[in-house]
Amino acid sequence: MAELTYREAVAAGLAREMDRDPTVVLIGEDLRAGGVFKTTKGLFERFGPVRVRDTPISEQAIVGAAMGAAMGGLRPVAEIMFSDFYATCWDGVVNEIAKARYMSAGRLTLPLVIRSANGGGIGFGAQHSQATENWAMCVPGLKIACPSTPGDAVGLLATAVRSDDPVLVFEHKALYGVRGEVPDGDHVVPLGRAAVRRSGADVTLVGLAATVPMCLAAADDLAAAGVEAEVIDLRCLVPLDAATVLGSVGRTGRLVVVEENPGQLGWGAAVAALVAEEAFGDLRAPVLRVSGGNVPLPVAKELEAEVSPSAAKVVAAAQRALDHRRVAPVG
Amino acid sequence: MSTDTSAGQAASGAAGGTHPTPDRNEGLTADDLRDLSPADQDLLLYRAMAFVRAFEERVETLYKQGQVRGPAHLALGHEAVAVGVGAALGRQDRSIGTYRGHHHALARGTPPEGMMLELLGRAGGVCGGKGGSMHVLSVEHGYLGSHAIIGAHLPVAAGLGWASQVLGEDRVTACFFGDGATNIGAFHEALNLAAVWHLPVVFVCENNGYMEYTPIETVVPVTYPAADRAAAYGLPAITVDGNDVSAVREVAVAAVATARRGEGPVLVEARTYRHGGHSVADPAAYRPLGEVEAWKARDPLAVHRDAALARGGDPAVYEAVLPEVREQVAGMARRAQEAPRPDAADAWTDVWSDGSSTWRS
Ligand SMILES: Cc1ncc(C[n+]2csc(CCOP(=O)(O)OP(=O)(O)O)c2C)c(N)n1
Ligand SMILES: [Mg+2]
Repeated sequence: MAELTYREAVAAGLAREMDRDPTVVLIGEDLRAGGVFKTTKGLFERFGPVRVRDTPISEQAIVGAAMGAAMGGLRPVAEIMFSDFYATCWDGVVNEIAKARYMSAGRLTLPLVIRSANGGGIGFGAQHSQATENWAMCVPGLKIACPSTPGDAVGLLATAVRSDDPVLVFEHKALYGVRGEVPDGDHVVPLGRAAVRRSGADVTLVGLAATVPMCLAAADDLAAAGVEAEVIDLRCLVPLDAATVLGSVGRTGRLVVVEENPGQLGWGAAVAALVAEEAFGDLRAPVLRVSGGNVPLPVAKELEAEVSPSAAKVVAAAQRALDHRRVAPVG
Repeated sequence: MSTDTSAGQAASGAAGGTHPTPDRNEGLTADDLRDLSPADQDLLLYRAMAFVRAFEERVETLYKQGQVRGPAHLALGHEAVAVGVGAALGRQDRSIGTYRGHHHALARGTPPEGMMLELLGRAGGVCGGKGGSMHVLSVEHGYLGSHAIIGAHLPVAAGLGWASQVLGEDRVTACFFGDGATNIGAFHEALNLAAVWHLPVVFVCENNGYMEYTPIETVVPVTYPAADRAAAYGLPAITVDGNDVSAVREVAVAAVATARRGEGPVLVEARTYRHGGHSVADPAAYRPLGEVEAWKARDPLAVHRDAALARGGDPAVYEAVLPEVREQVAGMARRAQEAPRPDAADAWTDVWSDGSSTWRS
């Protein structure tokens, strides 16, 4: 067991997969220099220029070449530096990569991963801070992993690389400095299996990536007020571990979904709809969402905080869900 | 993968002193032609083009009868590009193309029966009913698909080349695209990447003078939309008469050889013309009077047949080819029309590698 930062875990996870399988190759901008977030530090020195390929600033070429390489027998891991930049190569991701297997009735297989730095909280502004995992979630054919811990950064990446399906890994840029334990050996976290980070009987908090530590902080505050919150780290949006969420709501009767996506159409809407459709009878309060604001992300600290989810907003939402019990006609 | 079946058939035909007439359509690669006499090569090239012609004519008829599901972008007039480049590729090589891709699929040996089933939306189509005319492919034959977003597959071709390079495999990738594709970013990104990484890719522009309904010269400030731009990326570019299969084959052989030697990508711009509209639904009234006739006077089948006859080919043999392949294709179409429709439940398979489309627990 080693304690690594999330950014070190990404580099270590890539190195583990490259060690294990010579067909794993990296493609992206500035990889040789370690990448802007230092998530590929040391890999060029270790694996050389054939397997660690620096590209021009050509996101369409990066994504397309990853697809071609995957069709041609490699397991490429492409990097899109900031997830906002997906907008420049989204065609390749959603029209080509997501659909190739289906359109060919299973004759094409694309074992590829695209990693990118996602999310806000560090003042990078409207074009470098978006949480874009919801963009991918509306397109069948893409698996979506969003690690919240260094351990998961390694374990989910390992599974993603070994998967024969295309997987987008959204690393959260506000988490890169966070430390955590990474198991030694072959650490693999299955896709589509949520983690219950804290158990509690009163309210279920569902988070993803950076909103998981936020939910845990909120749960601490709630505990101080005598409320036991269950915190679920979804870890993946596709496949979605609906069973774990539904099971938890079955026990708590209250759900707060905490997402960085803009509330007007974030992944939390899909989770809320699913619970409304399938666990209506379990609900003792309306499903609540704590979401990003429906504005482009501003830079100044107070402004960004104003429109971003926070532990305080999660606590307030959980309290509202609990208050609902008091005004309910029965019980 | 059948590596040498048709080569074997053709060779035995030649050895027996008769003309090679494979009764199956397995595409026509450099491997098939290598050991044949020039006259036999001429005939096989003609036959391959005639097969594409017959296939596309039949698709046009079926479309007009309302039997083809979705649009159909035909290659009538483009036959020499697909067959000429295909004849320069080995069986192990790969190709990739656009929604106007029936000819490229057939040139590599994609089963025409499976294509017909796909176009008519019947069970057993090459894409299982999930691709249609715009997405036909045959991975076994190295044709990695027809792609319908302009330009998107050029970086994919670069990636295929990258895989061959990393794995040390002797495989060249030929990438076909239209003149219209030269104005989208992916074209430029792919050429640059392929050039700077010395990838074994041959980019082939089928310049038919039109991007959909718009003449290409009204949107491009240079004479050769692909070749003139290639120079900016340090890519050697060759322009060729795309209606002359021998000329196309000759430049393609040279381009493939360059790529195979590891000297990097080459671009070929083949000037050709589509005889019909952008798709079968397009009457193409925007074309100036006389233009179609002028190009039909240089029909790629006629150009090649005349050249072959001038080299001593037997007119009777050439005369017999089109009727024969038309008959073959008509039979395929009849059988496809009688084939069962797909099971609706198939719509729910093939999203993921486990065969399912399950996205949640
Ligand atoms: C990105 C994109 N823009 C527009 C279209 C619509 N479209 C389909 S075919 C076509 C014309 C393409 O012309 P060209 O590349 O010359 O190929 P051709 O049809 O002549 O073979 C257009 C505009 C598309 N499919 N993709
Ligand atoms: Mg054109």
